[in-house]
Amino acid sequence: MVDEQPVRIIAAEAGEDSVWAVLRGVPDPEIPVLSVVDLGIVRYVRMPGPQVGITPTYSGCPATEVIRASIRSALAQSGYPNARIEEVLSPPWSAAWISAEGRRKLLEYGIAPPNPSSPDEPESCPHCGGRKIEMISQFGSTPCKALFRCLSCREPFDYFKCH
Amino acid sequence: MPARASTDYLLRLADTSLILGQRLAEWIGHAPALEEDLGLANVSLDLIGQARLLYQYAGEVEGKGRGEDDLAFLRRPDEYRNVSLVEQPNGDFGCTVVRQFLFDAWQLEMYQGLEASSDARLAEIAAKALKEVRYHLRYSSGWLVRLGDGTQESHRRVQGPLESLWKYTTELFSPDDLDLEMQAAGVGPDLEVLEAAWSRQVDDVLADATLVRPADVPYGWFGKRGEHTEHLGHLLAEMQVLQRTYPGASW
Repeated sequence: MVDEQPVRIIAAEAGEDSVWAVLRGVPDPEIPVLSVVDLGIVRYVRMPGPQVGITPTYSGCPATEVIRASIRSALAQSGYPNARIEEVLSPPWSAAWISAEGRRKLLEYGIAPPNPSSPDEPESCPHCGGRKIEMISQFGSTPCKALFRCLSCREPFDYFKCH
Repeated sequence: MPARASTDYLLRLADTSLILGQRLAEWIGHAPALEEDLGLANVSLDLIGQARLLYQYAGEVEGKGRGEDDLAFLRRPDEYRNVSLVEQPNGDFGCTVVRQFLFDAWQLEMYQGLEASSDARLAEIAAKALKEVRYHLRYSSGWLVRLGDGTQESHRRVQGPLESLWKYTTELFSPDDLDLEMQAAGVGPDLEVLEAAWSRQVDDVLADATLVRPADVPYGWFGKRGEHTEHLGHLLAEMQVLQRTYPGASW
């Protein structure tokens, strides 16, 4: 950082929009290709403060605390040292909260996005687009993922569970 | 003033989730396959997450400054209020699947009831957890059918635990004064209505799994009143050892 002071003043005056812009730069710790905004876990931004409402994807998701800390530090660096981060449980998060942009990023990253029309399995293989797939494991490396395999290209892949 | 769950009622729910979460965590590194290791650990994580939300709320309702760690790590076995089913040892994978299935089917009905609670905070926690519970039930009922309707050996190894664990289900549907008080306040569901729905669900899956439903027993254990089997003390000894040895230790 060359000179933080001017940034701080501009950001503090710009308000809500600039807070959202900061949040769009905060990655999800487990799927860093997604920002916390793409993932749909930011429920509101209120000024002054700002107050930021976030909701957990899963009750026990260990990433929640890392996310709070990353949001707090990103906001502090952008001139919001006194941000208040509040946990919101209702309405509960569901895969429908992932933005269209988020779904596109997941697919590019090799994770099949949630499939609301048939929640138990992804629509297609994120690698080759094949539709013949099978489940390897109902649970995966993080609470939000399950493991599948494509029967065309034979590659395993993660499916972002449709909760 | 809107109705609110009592501390004891919240502790029953929180302790039940925590103790089963702790039990399932014992499988980490020991499950029969990597996928099952992940599965059981993920279910455990969800349950511990639910417990945290409930403990935080219980601490607030109690108003004595106790937080989630105090409630989890600094209470004695007789102060725990979990149902007895969840403290039973894991046994083999078949036994764990049976316990999980009986529990998941109960938790689904229970939390559907709590989702309509007159206590808004409790209703929120239940609504959040329900998405997870449905997924757990798919996992445990899927395995119960595969094992029950698998080989003679796998069938035997789930029918046996079903018979030995069945007696712990009596408690789930036997309301005591606190259950009735919470039900009257609109905070908790009617356990008799719950039992009918649970029974239907259990019968369906047992039929698919070619398993025989054991007879009900006229007696029961009441962990929810603090009357535990001998297994809880051992579990807590392991879970609490760090806080007991180094009080106030934190990461």
